[in-house]
Amino acid sequence: MRRITRITTVGIASAALALTATACGGKTSSDAGSDGQAKAAIAYDIGGRGDQSFNDAAYAGLKKAEDELNIKGAEAEPSEGEGDADKVQRLTELARSGNNPVIGVGFAYAPAIEKVAKKYPKTTFGLIDDTSKTGPNIANLVFNEEQGSYLAGVAAAKASKTGTVGFIGGVEVPLIKKFEAGFVQGVTDTNPKAKVLKQYLTQPPNFDGFAKPDLGKAAAQGMLDKNADVIYAAAGLAGSGAIEATATAGKWAIGVDSDQYNQKGLAKYKAKILTSVTKDVSDSVFNLIESVKKGKPQSGEVRYGLDKDGVGLANSNPEYQKMTDLIAAVEKAKADIIAGKIKVKTAP
Amino acid sequence: MRKFDKDRLILGLAGPVVALVVAIALTTVVLLVSGTNPIEPYRIMFEQVSYTDVQVLIVNQAGIYYLAALAVAIGFRMNLFNIGVDGQYRLAAMLSALVGASIELPGPLHILLIMLVAMLVGAFWAGIAGILKTTRGVSEVVSTIMLNAIATALVAYLILPKNFGVQPEGSNNLTTGEIAESGWFPGLSMGEGAGEIYGFTFVAVALGVLYWFVLNRTRFGFDLRATGASESAAQASGVDAKKMILTSMLISGAVAGLAGMPTLLGETHTYSLDFPAGVGFTGITIALLGRNSPIGIAFSALLIAFLDKSSASLDQHGYEKEIATIMQGLIVISVVVSYELVRRYGLRRQQQKVGEELAAGGAIKTDKEVAA
Repeated sequence: MRRITRITTVGIASAALALTATACGGKTSSDAGSDGQAKAAIAYDIGGRGDQSFNDAAYAGLKKAEDELNIKGAEAEPSEGEGDADKVQRLTELARSGNNPVIGVGFAYAPAIEKVAKKYPKTTFGLIDDTSKTGPNIANLVFNEEQGSYLAGVAAAKASKTGTVGFIGGVEVPLIKKFEAGFVQGVTDTNPKAKVLKQYLTQPPNFDGFAKPDLGKAAAQGMLDKNADVIYAAAGLAGSGAIEATATAGKWAIGVDSDQYNQKGLAKYKAKILTSVTKDVSDSVFNLIESVKKGKPQSGEVRYGLDKDGVGLANSNPEYQKMTDLIAAVEKAKADIIAGKIKVKTAP
Repeated sequence: MRKFDKDRLILGLAGPVVALVVAIALTTVVLLVSGTNPIEPYRIMFEQVSYTDVQVLIVNQAGIYYLAALAVAIGFRMNLFNIGVDGQYRLAAMLSALVGASIELPGPLHILLIMLVAMLVGAFWAGIAGILKTTRGVSEVVSTIMLNAIATALVAYLILPKNFGVQPEGSNNLTTGEIAESGWFPGLSMGEGAGEIYGFTFVAVALGVLYWFVLNRTRFGFDLRATGASESAAQASGVDAKKMILTSMLISGAVAGLAGMPTLLGETHTYSLDFPAGVGFTGITIALLGRNSPIGIAFSALLIAFLDKSSASLDQHGYEKEIATIMQGLIVISVVVSYELVRRYGLRRQQQKVGEELAAGGAIKTDKEVAA
C-alpha cells in the first residue's frame, strides 16, 4: 500500500502549496478599478431576473434609473445553496467597483449588508424587506404588504357569491404570512361569515412555491372544488398557475406584486383577474438610486404603505371598475387604514 | 497487499480525465451554439481564482462539499445509496443550532456538544432508513428521498416562532437564535478583505484521513467493503450483513450531520431560513466523481467548488453563470459513461493479458496469480 501513502504525500504537499500561494497572493477580486459614470447595482434574491415578480420589479426600477438618470446599472444573481460568505463577496465586489447604491433584494442579504456596509461607509446600501440591520449608510426599504392584502380581502369578500375565498401562499415564510394576515382580516371584517381557505405551496428551504406554476394550479383547483370563487395567490411565478386554474373555472383571481392584468404571459386569463395587490419595489429602487444621485441618500427605514401608494390595489380590469359597491368598500377601508382607524395585523 | 500497479493507476485516472475533457468540450459546444464567446468565460473563471477572497470561498465550500461527499461515499462503499444526506445535514444543523443557542459552555466543550448533537441527529435520521431496510427490506433510495421531504417539513415546523424559532425584530427571516461566542469555531484569517478559512475545513480533512484509515486498515472497513461487494459472499464468510447495513447508514448519517457545521460554526452561528440547502445532492456528484476515494473526493470537491465560486461573477461580465451549472451536469453524465467505458476497457485488457500469458504456457502460474 505504499502507493496510497505516496499519493497522500503528494496531495498534502500540493494542498500546502495551494495554501501558501493563497497566503502570498494578497490580491482580492475587488481590486478592479472604476470609471466615471454613476453606477448602481442590484443583487438579486433566489430566482434572479425573470421571476415575473419580486426580482423583476427591482430590475424595472434599475432600468428606469438607467433611462432617466443616466445611470449604469449592474446586476448579480445568487447561486443555489450559497451562504452568507458568497453574498458578502458579491456585495463587496459591487461596492468596490464603484456602484452606489448597492441594493440587496430580499431579507437574506441582511447579515451580508451589515458587514459590507461597515467596510464601505461612503456607499449607500439598500436592503429590501428587512429592518433588522441598520446603519448610517443602509436604507431599509420595507412595505406594508398586509395593508394591500387587507384591501384584497375586502374586494374578495365583496366579489364572492359563495362566501368562500381562498388564499395561496408560495412559501411559508413570515413575509408571505403578512399577506395572509392582511387578507384574512380584510375578508372577515367585511363579511364575518365568510370562510377563508388557506394553503402554502412549500416550506423553506424549498422555494419551489415561488417558482412552479403547477403547484399553484393544483392548490387553486383544490380550493375551487371546495366552492371557493375568489382566490388570492401570493406566490410569485407559481401564482400564475393559480390564476390559470381559477380563470379557466370562470372564478375570480387576485394577482400579486405587479398589476397582473397587464402581464403579457397572463393575457389569456386577464378578464378574470379581478385586481392585483401591488408592491412597488421598482419605485423604491428607483427612489433610492435617485436620492443617491442627488447627493441626499436615503438612510434608515423607508416604509412604503398605502399612504404613499407603495402598496395598493390595481384597477385595470374594466369589470372591476363596474363594481361600484366593491370599490366604495375598498376606498373606505383604504381611508380607514391611512387614518389609523383600522390596524392591520402583520402575522396571522 | 498489492504491488504498485501502473496500469491500475492509469486506468483509475483515465476515468475522471476523460470525463472532464468531454464535459469541457461539450460545454464549449453549448457556448458556440448559443452564440457566446467560447473562450472568454473560462478566462474570467480562471482569473477569479487568482484572487485571494475567491480562493478562500472555494476552499471553504470544498470543505463543506467534502463532508457531504464522504457521507455519501461511506454508503456507496457499502452499496447503499444515501440520497438523504441533504435532509440529514439540514435537520442536524437546525437542531444542533437550537441546542447550541440555548446553552452556554466553555469554548471547546460548547463546540463539541454542538458537533455531537449534529452527528446524533444525522445518524438518527439516516438510521430510520437503515432500520427500514434491515427489518422490512425498504430500499434506502426511496426511504431517504422521503425522509428528505419529511426533514424539510419538520425543520419548517420547528422553526416557527410559536415553537422554537426566533424572528428578529424587523426581519422577515426566522432563526434559531444566535449561538454564544464560545460555540464559534475559530477560523484561519487570510488577511484583510480576504476572509477566513473555516476552522472546520481542517476537521473535514482529518475526517478524510480517518475514512481512509478505517476503510483500508481495520477489520470493520474490510467487512464493509466485502459486504458492499457481495452481501451473500460476506454473509457466508461470517459477516453480519444486516448489522453492517445499519452501522454504515448510521456512520454515513453522522458524517452527513457534520456537513452543516462549517457554515454554522464558522459563519452564520444560527440556522435561518436561508441556510444553504442542496449540499447533500452536490455531495453525491462529488462522491461519484471522486470514486469514493478520500483523495479523489478532495479533488472533485475542489473542482465543483471552483466551478461554483469562479462562475459567480460571470453575470457581471455579461455571461450567463449557468455555464458552470451546465458543466457540472455534463461532468456527471460523462463521469458515469467514461467510468463504465474505462472499466470495460480494463476488463478486456486484463482478459487479453491473461490470454497471452496462457498462450505463452504460463497457465499454472497465472492461475495462482488470479487466485491471489
